Amino acid sequence: MKKSRLYLGLSLVAVSGLILMAADHADAPAVTGNANDITDVYAFQGQDNNNLVFVVNTQGLLSPGATANATFNENVMTEINIDNNGDNVEDLVIQAIKRGNKMYFFGPTAPGMTGTSSTIKTNAAAGSVQISQYGASAITATNNGMKFFAGPRDDPFFFDLNQYKAILAGTASGFNNPGTDTFAGTNVLSTIVEVPKTMLGSSSSINVWAETKQKQ
Amino acid sequence: MFGQKQNKNNNSTFKENIMKTNKIKFIVFSILTSAVFVSCNDNDDSTETDFSGTYVQKDQMARPAINTVFIGSGSPKDDFNATIPSAMGATYQSVFQSRLLALNSGYTTNALGQDAATFTGLLATDVLGVAKTGTTTFFDGTNVLTGRALADDVIDVELLLIFGGPSGTSNSGLTSDHVNANDKTFLTSFPYLASAW
Repeated sequence: MKKSRLYLGLSLVAVSGLILMAADHADAPAVTGNANDITDVYAFQGQDNNNLVFVVNTQGLLSPGATANATFNENVMTEINIDNNGDNVEDLVIQAIKRGNKMYFFGPTAPGMTGTSSTIKTNAAAGSVQISQYGASAITATNNGMKFFAGPRDDPFFFDLNQYKAILAGTASGFNNPGTDTFAGTNVLSTIVEVPKTMLGSSSSINVWAETKQKQ
Repeated sequence: MFGQKQNKNNNSTFKENIMKTNKIKFIVFSILTSAVFVSCNDNDDSTETDFSGTYVQKDQMARPAINTVFIGSGSPKDDFNATIPSAMGATYQSVFQSRLLALNSGYTTNALGQDAATFTGLLATDVLGVAKTGTTTFFDGTNVLTGRALADDVIDVELLLIFGGPSGTSNSGLTSDHVNANDKTFLTSFPYLASAW
C-alpha cells in the first residue's frame, strides 16, 4: 500500500474518530520487498524546460540497512501512462522493466492495448541504464534526448507520521509545530525518466498516472 | 495422355516454385537474422533479452495521499488499484463523497470553491494533470494541479482542502503537519532525487 495515502488515511480516520485502521497501520513497515508497491509519483518540468520528468518510487520505508538488499523485480513492469486528449485513457506509455543489472525503457509510444493488461513495446525501445547500486554514485544514461535512472534514492516524501501515531493513540488532538519528518533517513527504489515534451503529443497539458504490472 | 503430360509439367513447375519459394524464404530469413544481429549489437546487448508475456495491473497511483482516505482498507483498496482511471469516476465518486462527509461532517466547500460532489468527482479519477508549459506544481497558491514537484508539500495541500473549509482557516490543528520540506536537498539536475541514506 502507498505510505502517503495510508498515513493520510490513518490520520483522517483517527481524526474523525473511526477506529478501524490498526491493521493498515501495522502493515506500513512491511512494504519493503513488495516490488509492486508504488509509494509516490512525481511529474515536473526538467532542468531543461523543454523536458518533463517522471518519477515512480516503489518499496518505501527502506532503512539504510535494508536498502542494499532491495531490488527491482524482473516480473514487475512499471508503466507511466499518458493521456493527451482528456479522456483518462492512455494514449502513450513509457514502460520500464529490469533485465539483469539494467533497467530497460520503452516509449513514449501508443500502447498495444489500453487498460489493465499490457505487453512490452519492444519495437519502441528507448534505451537502458545500468541499475545504480546502494552507496555508489548515480548512473544515468541518455539516448535520443531521453534520460534514464533506476536505483535507490532518498525518499523525497515528507510527513509527520509519529504525530499521526500520537493522534491515533488518542494522546494528541492535532499536529505539532514544528512537526518532525518521520521519513527522514529512509529510502525508496526510484525509476526516473526525463522526456522531451515534443515526444508527448501536441496538447497543452496531459494526464499522468503510474501502474505496476505483474507478468502472468 | 495429354492431360497426364500436362499434369507432369504442372508438377515439375510446382516443385520449381516450391524450391524458388524456399530459396526466397531462406534469403529473407538470412537478411532478417543478420538484421536482428545488427540491432542487437546496436543495443549493446550480446544476450538475447526476453520481454515477452502479458503484464497485468497490480497497483495504480497518480495523486498523492488521496486514495486511501476514500477507499476502505483491504479488498476495496486492491480493487481500486486494479481499476483503470477512465472507469474510476463512475464507480467511486459517490463512495468518495460519503467518505469525505464522514471524515469532515462540516464540509461545505474547500479553498478551491469545490463542493463535496465537485471535489470528490475530481479526486475519484486518479490522474495527475501536468502542464506542458510553465510551472509544474501540485498547488503553489496560484497554480493548481499542474504537476507534482519534489518539494511540493502535498500533505498540507490535501489536509487544507479536506479540513480547511472555504477560506482554509477551519480546523487549524489539522490542516498542516508542519513538516514543510524534505530531509535532503534535491539536485538541480537529473536524476533530481537526493542520494540514498
